[in-house]
Formats: sequence, C-alpha cells, structure tokens
Amino acid sequence: MVTYNLIGAGLIVIGAGLGLGQIGGKAMEGIARQPEAAGKIQTAMIIVAALLEGLAFGALFLGK
Amino acid sequence: MMQVSNTIKTLLQLLILCFSLQSFAISDTEPEGAVSGKEQVDAYILHHLKDSHDFHLFSYTSDSGERKHVGFPLPVILWSSNGLATFMSSEFHHDDNGQVVVEKNGSKFVKLHSKIYELDAGASSVNFDEEHHATNAHKVLDFSITKSVVGVLLVGLLMLLAFSSLAKQYGKKKIPTGFGRVLEPLVLYVRDEIARPNIGEKHYRKFTGYLLTVFFFIWVLNLLGLTPFGFNVTGQIAVTACLAIFTLIIYTVSGNKDYWMHILWMPGVPVFVKPILAIIELAGAFIIKPFSLLVRLFANISAGHIVVMSLIAIMFTLKESLGVAGATGLSLVLSFFITLIEVLVAFLQAYIFTALSALFIGMAVAEHDHDHEHDEAGHEVADTEDVRADFI
Amino acid sequence: MEVLLNDFSPGLFVVQTILLLALIFLMVKFAWKPILNSLNEREAGIEEALAAADKARTDMQNLQADNEKMLQEARAEREGMLKEAREIKEKMISDSKEQAKLEGDKMLKQAQAAIESEKKAAVADIKSQVAELSVAIAEKVLKEDLSSNDKQLKLVDTMLSDIKLN
Repeated sequence: MVTYNLIGAGLIVIGAGLGLGQIGGKAMEGIARQPEAAGKIQTAMIIVAALLEGLAFGALFLGK
Repeated sequence: MMQVSNTIKTLLQLLILCFSLQSFAISDTEPEGAVSGKEQVDAYILHHLKDSHDFHLFSYTSDSGERKHVGFPLPVILWSSNGLATFMSSEFHHDDNGQVVVEKNGSKFVKLHSKIYELDAGASSVNFDEEHHATNAHKVLDFSITKSVVGVLLVGLLMLLAFSSLAKQYGKKKIPTGFGRVLEPLVLYVRDEIARPNIGEKHYRKFTGYLLTVFFFIWVLNLLGLTPFGFNVTGQIAVTACLAIFTLIIYTVSGNKDYWMHILWMPGVPVFVKPILAIIELAGAFIIKPFSLLVRLFANISAGHIVVMSLIAIMFTLKESLGVAGATGLSLVLSFFITLIEVLVAFLQAYIFTALSALFIGMAVAEHDHDHEHDEAGHEVADTEDVRADFI
Repeated sequence: MEVLLNDFSPGLFVVQTILLLALIFLMVKFAWKPILNSLNEREAGIEEALAAADKARTDMQNLQADNEKMLQEARAEREGMLKEAREIKEKMISDSKEQAKLEGDKMLKQAQAAIESEKKAAVADIKSQVAELSVAIAEKVLKEDLSSNDKQLKLVDTMLSDIKLN
C-alpha cells in the first residue's frame, strides 16, 4: 500500500516537474522575445506555476 | 517614527522581562539528553513543525546531569467534557509523551505529541496501542494561547503599530518619513500589482483592505518563522485553512450573477455537458481553490522549515564522518544559502496567496462582456485563460 | 490526508479566525482606510498638478509661438526695408552715373568742337600769313632778279622749260 502511494507521489512529482519546466522555459522564451514584457510574463508565470504547485501538493497530500 | 521605535523598544524590554521572570528550569526525565542521533533529529524537526503550548527557547544539561529547559509557559484553555478548564502549560513539566496527568475541573489531561488529550472517565493514565495511539483518551477543543497564537498576536500588534503610525503620518504631511517610507511602497505594491490588475479597476477598492492585511500577515509570519524563536505559524494547517476559508467566503459572497451562471449553467457548451461542468466548477470553487491555497502555503513553509532544520542538523549527523569543524562549516554554509532562499520564499508565498486570492475574487466579480471559450478540462484551464486575459 | 487532518487543530482554527477577523477589522479601520484615502488624495493631487503643469506648458508654448511669429514678422519687415533702401541706393548711384556720363560726353563734344574751330582759325591764319610772307619774298626776289635783262631772259627760259616739262 505504502509503495503504491510512493509511486503515485513520484509520478505526480515527475508530472509537476515537466509542467514547471514547460512554464519556465516558455516564459524564458517569451522574455527573450520581448524583454520589455518581462515583468508581466514573470507575474503570469509565477501565478500559473503556483496553480500547478497547488495541484501537485494537493495530490501529494491526498496520496499520503 | 520615534514613537514606533520606542514602542518596539518597550516591547522588547517586556519580552526580556517575561523571559527573566517566567523562565523556568525543570528537570527532565528523558534519558537521551541533547539531540544527537538521526531519529532524534527527525523527532525534533517534527516536534518543531507542530504547535507547542509553551515558549521554549533553549535547553541545556546542567552540571548535575539534569536536562534544563529555558522558556516561558503559556496559558492552556480547554473545552472539555466537564466544561472550561484553564491552567498554565508549565503544569505538564515539558512532558510530551502523556506521562504527566493534570487534573482540572474533574477532568484529567495529558499532552501527547503537542496535542492535549482528555482521559476517559475512570482512567488514571494513558494506555497506548502498538502504533502509540492513545486508547483511553480523546482530543479536546483546545483554545490555548499556543506559540502560534502568540505569533499571530505579535504580528497583529506589530502590523497595527507600524501601519497606524504610517496612517497618522499622512495627517500631518503628504509624504511619510522614516520607516513609513519603507511601508508605503509595499502598500502601493499590493494595491497596484496585486489588487488592481487581478480584480479590475472597478471593484478593487472594496477588497484591497483584506488583501493588504493578508499579505502582510503572511509575509511577516513567514519571516518570523525564519528567526531563531522557532515560530511556525504559517506552517500550521489550521492557520492556512482559516486564511483560505476567508478568501473562499469573500469570493463566494461577492460573486455576481455571471459568476454563478458560469459555475452552475455554463454558457456556450452543449446541454448534456452543463451538469458535468457544474459539478467540476462547484468542486473547483468550493474545494480545489481553497484547498490549493491552504496546502500551498502550509507545504511550502513546512518544507522550508524541514530543509533548514535538516541542514542545521548536519552539524550533528555528519560529525563523525566529517569532524566537528567540517560538519559545522558545511551545515553553516548550506543553511545560510537555504535561509536566503527561504527569505525569498517567504515573500513569494505571501505574494502568491494574495495574488491568487485577488484572482479568485476578480473572477467572481468580473463582468463577462466576452463569451470566452471554456474547456472541458474544467477550472484549471479556465483559470490560466483568465490569468492570461488579465495580464495580456 | 490523514496526517493533514490529524495535524489540524480546530481550537487553533477558531482562535485564528477570531484574531484574523479582529485584525482585518482593526487594520481596515485604523490603517488601510486612512492610508489608501490619503494615497488616493495624493495621487489625485499629483494628477491635478501634472495637468496644471501640462496646461502651463501648452500656454507657454503658445506664447512662445506667438513671440516667434512676431519676431518673424519683424524680421521680415526689417528685411523688406533694407532691401528697399538698397534698391534706392543702387538706383541713385546708377542715375548719377548716367547723368555724369551724359554731362561728360556733352562737355567733351563741346571741347572737341571748340578745338576744331580753333584749329580751323589757326590754319586759316597760318595760310594767310604764309601767303603774305611768300608774296613779300616773291616781291623781294623778283625785285632782285629782274634787275638785268639776262636774268629776266634766264627766268623766262627756266619758266618756259618748266612749262614744257609739265
């Protein structure tokens, strides 16, 4: 039982990591393309990353 | 400004007075003494993450081999099966394993892993099952002035002092001086970068007070958690749950017709999808959003505390393989940099909690003049769309 | 989830709720309301001042444009006057030159005419004097030469030979 939970937690962390990577990478691309919009992109990035993080934490705690 | 610094000075003096007057040193029955082993480090960290009923500053072993704790006790207020019971936490004599039984108002109380249990009628000591759960005791409603409550009171007092003095400064002249110059940009930041863009020009004024309070409350408490006093207020699930439920109540109460229509009967999708979406949206609005708010703050702060304390514990756990100097140096360097990151996280989490609260409120009060697309994936997608729409 | 629920302390939740409510109420009443009000007031003041400054600047600009225009006009007028004066000057110079030339020509002609007539008179005088002189010389010569017959005959011969030659 415990092992399944741990596997699930690992999957969640992998998924969240991929998602966060996408968010960060795309935000970097966006900033590189439009440096003058860096502030807005960062704010949006942080908020979207926070939403994802909340999801990941929620799943982690539900699985625990 | 002099006034504030004087008040802070007075507060500090009061605090020191408390320490010197009420510091109590009581011999300990625990045989282990100082924290050294891996299990003890784990136990210590877990203990720290929980709320405590006394304000513990430090412990030492006296010449006679006794374990002494220095700190001051806090009042315990319980609602038990026999009514209200109040006493000082010093009556537990630092016991956390259910050994010391305190009798008040005809009820017997023990403290077990930072929680107070009431013994069932007739029992005189706690019995444990094999998983170390008490079998003949139950939890009581604990309204004690715990360490977290002390932290909340302290922060509330500091906020009131600092910001009411800033408010008073505006009466005399238009530009604040001294510490007010630090506070004013922060207030403006919350108003102009969090409240205004997320809620919208039309409605943001009503909610700015709440957002400002929550932002500074969380931020200062997060920072307080990084001090050696060992507060872990924003790492208490009850505190973050309370904050999240406040946000939930605010956006539920202030939601307009469009908001409820989008939740209950989503426009622009086939009829048979509408009930499914309604269930998803309801779950999103009432469970997922507040849950993600409360868990995010709680988990980030708890994780930060665990990491910092684990790195400090390197001093003990790697003493044998690296030597005293090596282990201490490594621990200091690592914990220093992680603490720097934690200072950033303290701000970031306060910002995110406030920004997401503002975003949720903004979604509830927004006037939908555009018939924007809704994905079947539910609220997360709608969230990001709305985020983008707000920032682009 | 179990851990979360186990860690959740309902008592702390209630205490925190009460404290947070009190804190929000107190902060809104004693801090945020006055702060935000005065910030808004200040911002409105700044906006007003900026608008006033803007207005003053446009006024200034208008004034400056007017000045510029007037200056331009004055400059153009001055330019015109100078040009006119120059033209007049040139005209006067050229006129006087022409007149002087005419006068000079006229004087030259008169002088030439006078010289011519003087010359004629002188030539005529010289002619008459030469005639008189030659007559006198001829008279003296004749008186001398025709005093003998030989000589008279010789002359007649000479004369006759000359005539023949002619």
